[in-house]
Amino acid sequence: MAQTGFFYLFSAVLLFAAFRVVTARNPVHAVLYLMLAFSQAAAVWLLLKAEFLAIVLVLVYLGAVMVLFLFVVMMLDLNVDSLRQGFWRHFPLAALVGTVIALEMAWVLMGGFRGQGIVPDPALQAAAAGGSNSKALGLLLYSEYVYPVQVAAVILVVAMIAAIALTLRRRKDSKFIDVKDQVRVRAEDRLAVVKVDVTRAAPPPAPEQPAEAEKQA
Amino acid sequence: MTLTLGHYLSLGAILFALAVIGIFLNRKNLIVLLMCIELMLLAVNMNFVAFSHYLGDMHGQIFVFFILTVAAAESAIGLALLVLLFRNKSSIDVEQLDELKG
Repeated sequence: MAQTGFFYLFSAVLLFAAFRVVTARNPVHAVLYLMLAFSQAAAVWLLLKAEFLAIVLVLVYLGAVMVLFLFVVMMLDLNVDSLRQGFWRHFPLAALVGTVIALEMAWVLMGGFRGQGIVPDPALQAAAAGGSNSKALGLLLYSEYVYPVQVAAVILVVAMIAAIALTLRRRKDSKFIDVKDQVRVRAEDRLAVVKVDVTRAAPPPAPEQPAEAEKQA
Repeated sequence: MTLTLGHYLSLGAILFALAVIGIFLNRKNLIVLLMCIELMLLAVNMNFVAFSHYLGDMHGQIFVFFILTVAAAESAIGLALLVLLFRNKSSIDVEQLDELKG
């Protein structure tokens, strides 16, 4: 069956890309392999008939989040050699933990969820044939999940404000004009009106007097 | 040989284990740690989508939607913190973050 073949193909590429993400020497390569991993995951989700989420994964993750990662990796001037020091020192423990997790979970899952009890629901298959996955998802999202959708929107706004506020930096050497201060300025702050006589008496020309005054003091 | 739920769940489990290995290996590189967290979330989402398909319940996919939202917010704030950290310490080595002496 073609679906099985595609599943194994996508899974193999996905796992290879994930392995390269964690072992790549260059962080830019790690980000690129992560993009490959996400695209393969989107393909696997297409096999599971979750079209909307697969497209969202491609648009949001490959299009936005991964580009953000790439920007940050390229912006930072990383010293790769110091970051790689002692990289393989933890490998035995990591391999042990990872193998234990994968083997135990695969054992339980392949044993427990292979049976005939769980098959694709015929009702969902019919719905998928008639209406689209996006339509079913949208009907649920905007009826039963209206309040959570709004909470998610608030979370995104908070994240945006937090990210901007964290990284905003005022330049000390820039000479830009603060519009707010300029608008708020009053005439009295800038201009002093001084009463000056129209004519003024000439100062008495007496160069000797200050010296004498000093002697007396 | 037809695909069962177990296949997809095993794929998710192996992906999660790989991400855990990545967290162990990249003890110094904060940005790869963030990528490993993204991989873990992907593995969790894989399980949700697989269960949603095989149990015929759309609510699993709704949950994936919200996980994607929160993951995007998390990575945005995480990267902002990373940039801030790099500005202050000129390094993203996790082992240098010991001011709190915890």
